Amino acid sequence: MPIIEVKDLVKRYNGNEAVRGVSFEVNEGETFGFLGPNGAGKTTTINILCTLLGFDSGNAFVNGFDCRKEPGKVRSSIGLVFQEITLDNELTAYENLKFHCYMYNMEKRLAEERIAEILSVVGLDERRGDLVKKFSGGMKRRLEIARGLLHRPKVLFLDEPTLGLDPQTRSHVWEFIRKLKKTEGNTVFMTTHYMDEAEACDRIAIIDNGRIIACERPDELKRAIKGDTIYIKTEDDEKARREIEEKLGLRPKVTDAGLSLLVEGGEKFIPRLFERLSMGIISVNLKKPSIEDVFINLTGREIRDYGPPQRPRG
Amino acid sequence: MLSYKAIYVITLREFKRFFRQKGRLIVSLARPLIWLFIVGSGFTKLVGSGGNVEYIQFILPGIVGMTILFSSIFSTISVVWDREFGFLREMLVSPVSRVTIVFGKLLSGTALSAFQGAALLLIAPFLGLHLGIDGFLAMLILMSLVSLAITALGLFVASFLSSLEGFNVIMNFIVLPMFFLSGALYPVDSLPMYIKIFSFANPLCYGVDAFKHVLLPESGRLAAEFPLIFDIAFIAVFSVVFTFLSALVFERKK
Repeated sequence: MPIIEVKDLVKRYNGNEAVRGVSFEVNEGETFGFLGPNGAGKTTTINILCTLLGFDSGNAFVNGFDCRKEPGKVRSSIGLVFQEITLDNELTAYENLKFHCYMYNMEKRLAEERIAEILSVVGLDERRGDLVKKFSGGMKRRLEIARGLLHRPKVLFLDEPTLGLDPQTRSHVWEFIRKLKKTEGNTVFMTTHYMDEAEACDRIAIIDNGRIIACERPDELKRAIKGDTIYIKTEDDEKARREIEEKLGLRPKVTDAGLSLLVEGGEKFIPRLFERLSMGIISVNLKKPSIEDVFINLTGREIRDYGPPQRPRG
Repeated sequence: MLSYKAIYVITLREFKRFFRQKGRLIVSLARPLIWLFIVGSGFTKLVGSGGNVEYIQFILPGIVGMTILFSSIFSTISVVWDREFGFLREMLVSPVSRVTIVFGKLLSGTALSAFQGAALLLIAPFLGLHLGIDGFLAMLILMSLVSLAITALGLFVASFLSSLEGFNVIMNFIVLPMFFLSGALYPVDSLPMYIKIFSFANPLCYGVDAFKHVLLPESGRLAAEFPLIFDIAFIAVFSVVFTFLSALVFERKK
């Protein structure tokens, strides 16, 4: 039985449909990526699954519990890490965790055990008595993820868990999430704007305009894009464009940085390209299809429509 | 339905925050003293004594009421604060019921206010008012009841506020009028009829009156104005109604 089951989910805000009949399933133990442009209905769907928001029609089950009828049971089955920090700055790391344990009705001894354990996993045991307001962004994130896991949830929801973190901290956080997943065996349901994070998911759903437009393994999604992209810059791009059209029968796209063309077997194509072009070539770049391309192809938008620029890919 | 562990930990958190925020701690302890000794001693000369009650003695019940009023309202503002800083979400996604959260906030607000009122009562002997253990206990019960009423009212109002900006509005249009209409600084009877009506609807008015019953002698022009049993009944009903209303609003809001 799937751990998350969503069927024909509809949510309206003032007559506008934010989520228009979304259906998908997440299997137990999976890392499930939920991608989409801003305003596509990602956060709305997550809020519904976390029982923070009601919905108009359809069904949503988490861990076998109905999100509408058994919100308490759903909430005990899930852990959440939101985009924004939801720790109490005036409390210490330990006190924040203790608060959580008591809200989840844990026995004192069990709570102490789990807190000690999780603090050492996130490497904060030496800072347990320090006020959270003295923590760095990365430390707060780690504490927050630790807190989300304290009650051993079946499903961990991560809404942009690494937003605004520097690359080094980001990879630490992920290392930690993977390590935890191994020991806890929980399901991870996450949203992200980072390509590498999306690629690491077992399956990805892409939502656009309130509808799921793709839901598959990352490699299968990429296979749907036939071919590689070649970016080329020459001494005379206009002439190059004409030559490629005439001699190779391809239609390159003109971009800010030169020309781009979609071909199959890009490695073998580049030498041919070099032979046929009569002008000097300044640079050439081959790109294998990525989730980003899948995303652009399906939604017509870049996945990262805000935030710091994309780091160069290999 | 209610998780006592959750209520306990919500209350514990509020107490920790109260003692950690040094500014808030100092202000809440110093404010009543400023009122008592600056306003109180200034007016004592002007007003003269009413029977055997000095003005500075007369305003002690009112200043206890004020302490409770400010503390209770400030406690409930923490709901808005928690919403703005995201911590409310941590509570809302936990398995405890909304009613549990409301009760946790009510209990913490009530306990903090009663605690501050009790601390303030320690200066009563220096004003020539001798309480005794039974008087102190009676005050403790009354102060808890008044604290509950005001906290429930504050929680109800706070559940409609989405930002801290609303706080100033609340301060000026609810808290200050409630204080000035409570009979804290002058007997309600001295107000003109069209203003007195508001006093009659003011829970703090009956709270301060109940405190006067315990703290001041029974007779004289500065004594309590309503029967004690009526004071208690009004505050109790008010508490129940607003506890119910704030639980209702909280349950509805997602």
